[in-house]
Amino acid sequence: MSRRISPVIPGFGLTLGYTLVYLSLLVLIPLGAMFVHAAQLSWDQIWNIVSAPRVVAALKLSFSTALCAAVLNGVIGTLLAWVLVRYTFPGRRLIDAMIDLPFALPTAVAGIALTALYAPAGLVGQFATALGFKIAYTPLGITLALTFVTLPFVVRTIQPVLADIPREVEEAAACLGAKPFQIFRHVLVPALLPAWLTGFALAFARGVGEYGSVIFIAGNMPMKTEILPLLIMVKLDQYDYHGATTIGVLMLVVSFILLLLINLLQRRIERP
Amino acid sequence: MSIRRFALAALASALIAGPTAAASTEILNVSYDPTRELYQEYNAAFNKHWTAQGKEAVTVQQSHGGSGKQARAVIDGLKADVVTLALAGDIDELNKLGKLIPADWQSRLPQSSTPYTSTIVFLVRKGNPKGIKDWGDLTKEGVEVITPNPKTSGGARWNFLAAWAWAKQTYGSDAKAQEYVKNLYQHVPVLDTGARGSTITFVNNQIGDVLLAWENEAFLALKEQGGDQFEIVAPRLSILAEPPVAVVDKNVDKKGTREVATAYLQYLYSDEGQRIAAKHFYRPRDGKVAAEFAKQFPQLKLVTIDKDFGGWKEAQPKFFNDGGVFDQIYQAQ
Amino acid sequence: MTTTTLSASAAANAARRGSAAGRIALITGAWLTFALFLLLPLYVVLSEALKLGFGTFFTALVEPDAISALKLTLLAVGISVPLNLVFGVAAAWCVSKYEFRGKSILVTLIDLPFSVSPVIAGLIYVLLFGAQGFFGEWLQERDIQIIFALPGIVLATVFVTVPFVARELIPLMQEQGTQEEEAARLLGANGWQMFWHVTLPNIKWGLIYGVVLCAARAMGEFGAVSVVSGHIRGYTNTLPLHVEILYNEYNHVAAFSVASLLLALALVILLLKQWSEARLSRLKSAGDEE
Repeated sequence: MSRRISPVIPGFGLTLGYTLVYLSLLVLIPLGAMFVHAAQLSWDQIWNIVSAPRVVAALKLSFSTALCAAVLNGVIGTLLAWVLVRYTFPGRRLIDAMIDLPFALPTAVAGIALTALYAPAGLVGQFATALGFKIAYTPLGITLALTFVTLPFVVRTIQPVLADIPREVEEAAACLGAKPFQIFRHVLVPALLPAWLTGFALAFARGVGEYGSVIFIAGNMPMKTEILPLLIMVKLDQYDYHGATTIGVLMLVVSFILLLLINLLQRRIERP
Repeated sequence: MSIRRFALAALASALIAGPTAAASTEILNVSYDPTRELYQEYNAAFNKHWTAQGKEAVTVQQSHGGSGKQARAVIDGLKADVVTLALAGDIDELNKLGKLIPADWQSRLPQSSTPYTSTIVFLVRKGNPKGIKDWGDLTKEGVEVITPNPKTSGGARWNFLAAWAWAKQTYGSDAKAQEYVKNLYQHVPVLDTGARGSTITFVNNQIGDVLLAWENEAFLALKEQGGDQFEIVAPRLSILAEPPVAVVDKNVDKKGTREVATAYLQYLYSDEGQRIAAKHFYRPRDGKVAAEFAKQFPQLKLVTIDKDFGGWKEAQPKFFNDGGVFDQIYQAQ
Repeated sequence: MTTTTLSASAAANAARRGSAAGRIALITGAWLTFALFLLLPLYVVLSEALKLGFGTFFTALVEPDAISALKLTLLAVGISVPLNLVFGVAAAWCVSKYEFRGKSILVTLIDLPFSVSPVIAGLIYVLLFGAQGFFGEWLQERDIQIIFALPGIVLATVFVTVPFVARELIPLMQEQGTQEEEAARLLGANGWQMFWHVTLPNIKWGLIYGVVLCAARAMGEFGAVSVVSGHIRGYTNTLPLHVEILYNEYNHVAAFSVASLLLALALVILLLKQWSEARLSRLKSAGDEE
């Protein structure tokens, strides 16, 4: 059964029990209800729902835009974290304080503001229009909205780890003649990878499910810019609860597997 | 501890002044998006009429959202006393799925329980730069059309059916009509989830050349945004959009509000109710009031859902359910 | 050690590496990213809110529906944050102080609400407590209203903010290990004494950070709450839903005014967080010195 690190510390039963009960009541049982609902269908019916062209198109769109946003976040998040941890410069504290803002800003407000920015006549959108392409109402707009709402994940997971890497390691490498890129490749990447992966996975999973901020900027064209959560809404508006829960279960299973893989991978990297 | 004090203070301040139940009777009107302004004024008028009869004042709570979403909320347990939705199909579901009202609900009030009607018109930018006069102009090269998603918006379904009716009458067959609507939706750059969302896309974000809109919605946009930016174009043929109303039997019986809820809906048919509807750009049913406001509404030929489409029971599965015409025009690309 | 000396040494390091140009490029890049992704959306919200001057701005905030939405939002936050606070401490305790099978799964489950679509987060409670749901009939017979009322709004809010406190505490408590607690036990402290006098002081600032994020997110939740709210004006509309309603009523200035109220609340909360974080890092560096 359970193997405790330290037998003198009490509270294992109490805290684990409470954690499990709380999670069960608030998260597992409600999510289970969705599984039960979807399970009333036969495999054939489920397959028909999941393999419908619109669902497949939305699936591809949701996962690819979330992936792009997570990758983009992986880059700019690392940049922001690096600069915030390693340098002092004017406005550092301001940036640091405001990184979490996308968590706190209601997603609908984010959606409205981003649409106003990126619409063809908007503040940023007009430049795109001048250059002959569109941001809002295209997958690019969806990706940007997702990047905004998931921005804090990568920054906030990397920041503490980066702060903990002893600078001496880098300096030692530099003394031994390593070039900046080699330091980055052989010293920083291995140390940052677990945290980076966590941030990436959280941003990705959150991006796949995001609704409020995307719906204004997406354009919502079937087969082109229709995201999975919108498809759930569409099914619900047709009183098709089974269809909606089936797509919900599909999204949930994919997210869960993804997060689990990342958590396992991380434990392997941390404790070889 | 500071955390505890903060939490307690927040809790206490919220509890003391939280939503409190008013002393008078309350009824809840669950409605669709564009009726907010209409019912705000109507609620006050009804209250005056109701108290004038020596009855206790009534607080009418309002809830607005997409028509289908609102119907679903009522089915799922939102305690609506009355529903005033965008189309009969949504209220039918209260009977079918929720067993909240009898099947013959539409015959309980005059005019198939539709105290006011509307239609679908075009809103174009000032001066009508693309020269849009009728449905046929919408599929011209370079015209961008804004309409919401028929899957999620009641208004969008009326838009779709109006376009279909025109095409069928003009080109003669279902196949040709389908070709026309397919072509039409290829001119649509954004499908918002609701009618109001589309209006905002067109009016505020300046997308598109023509907005297919409820007539009342188009007039309201003119009024709110000033008439110097947009104008209304009435097509040659459109559809009689009938947004019906119903008392939700199961809820009013439980709450004991049947009398006031019924009176609330019936008063919509009174001269005053009809005038308020007309003031908010809904077409009144009453001949006398309609005559007063005749100048306000353009004259156009109207098809109806019951005569030309066999009612929502036929139209909904044929056009809008999964695999229906709307899905086909997107998937066949 | 204080942060200034820490960052001074950082600057010295950077200078030593002779990468001044790279450093400036990186900082400029960070500022540009920050301006493009965070400041611009903020600017849009504020400029729209103040388009018609401060008068209109404040009118939108003191309007009765806005006030009742604010109260409802604070109430939902006031209930859900303490719940998740207690949960977060318990979860972090068992995850960080013990080793047991299935820990990865447990940690993943704690994270799960991050990745559940808000639409689904609302839908699951409708499936459970709606009139057509599993407990629908039972609840209706007893006249208990869960969704389309305060309990539903609180449930949805709790759901989306479950991981925040736990996620903040787990790495912190893992890092701190168990020696201090063990010492306290050996000196004869009982479980609660150990927790109050040893563990809690150690995790205090991390805890505050978690609570602050949790509160910020709870205030802003839109999608999940929208599904279970019923949108009754003045009764079951939270601030984010009120923003949507105002926006849909062509009342854009009011919508953005209320949005900036939310924004201001969020900023206050984030500043609180910044302050607690500074305390945390000071504590940490003090600990490193010992």
